[in-house]
Amino acid sequence: MKNDPKTYITAYCSISGGKVYKDDKLIFKEDTPDETADFLLSVYKSFSIDYPKFYKMDNLSKLGFLAAELLLGGRQIAEEYGPERIGVVFSNASSSLDADLKYFETVKNIPSPALFVYTLPNIVIGEVSIRHRCKGENGFFIRDRFDTDWMQFYVQDLFDRGRVESCICGWVECLEAHYHAAVYLVESCPGEKALPFNSKHIHQIYETDNGEING
Amino acid sequence: MADLKQQIIAQLSLKDLKPEDIGDDQPLFVEGLGLDSIDALELIVLLQQVYKIKLANAEEGQHVFRSVRTMAQYIMEHQPGTAS
Repeated sequence: MKNDPKTYITAYCSISGGKVYKDDKLIFKEDTPDETADFLLSVYKSFSIDYPKFYKMDNLSKLGFLAAELLLGGRQIAEEYGPERIGVVFSNASSSLDADLKYFETVKNIPSPALFVYTLPNIVIGEVSIRHRCKGENGFFIRDRFDTDWMQFYVQDLFDRGRVESCICGWVECLEAHYHAAVYLVESCPGEKALPFNSKHIHQIYETDNGEING
Repeated sequence: MADLKQQIIAQLSLKDLKPEDIGDDQPLFVEGLGLDSIDALELIVLLQQVYKIKLANAEEGQHVFRSVRTMAQYIMEHQPGTAS
């Protein structure tokens, strides 16, 4: 496992099981979570996000969009680094199967173009990139589980080769009633409360369900 | 036209809008409601699903989808059983 002290996790956000964590704080909780779409809409409205295209997104994109939105918390990283210096790297297990199944239902009648455009997992990267003007390296990896060693290696390599100066990364998984986002921002500058960018800390963010991560 | 506006809102997931927010002659694309090319395809689906109307050719769409009024006129003229 590579543990490069020159890169840091400067913020992280986790969404699963009706809860939203930003860094080490529980910032939203729904005691009786409704369906995934209803829960994501509740989060969207709770934080007064104004982005009408949200309504048109599939659940995977909504999940990734909200996680990135809350992760950055209003930071204009494109202005800080330049759009070409910001990467986005996500991974999940179910690819775009959630949207694929919904699209398949419409194929029996008249296929929905609006659903069809979300039948690729990397569309969530596009939505995040449009919102935050990220034009750097991006990649979406399908894995049975969140391979934190691989994610650390891949993203660290982007930094080492000078391809990015900032990267939004993580796990964005959504299939029917199950959803789990664990995203984090990697930067070269150690901000306040920054965690060294290593697979141990990525794993801790992924496992966040009690709101406590000790770096 | 209120029904058509409601159908457009539902088909395009424009959940922030109410029928009365859409003007009869307001452009649907670009400077108007800001719809995009995928929305245009969804409007074609709406015509097929709800009104059983197929656009004869894609170029017609530019005129048909100019506004709610032009859509309504096209529907009136092309619904099955209506002489055109």
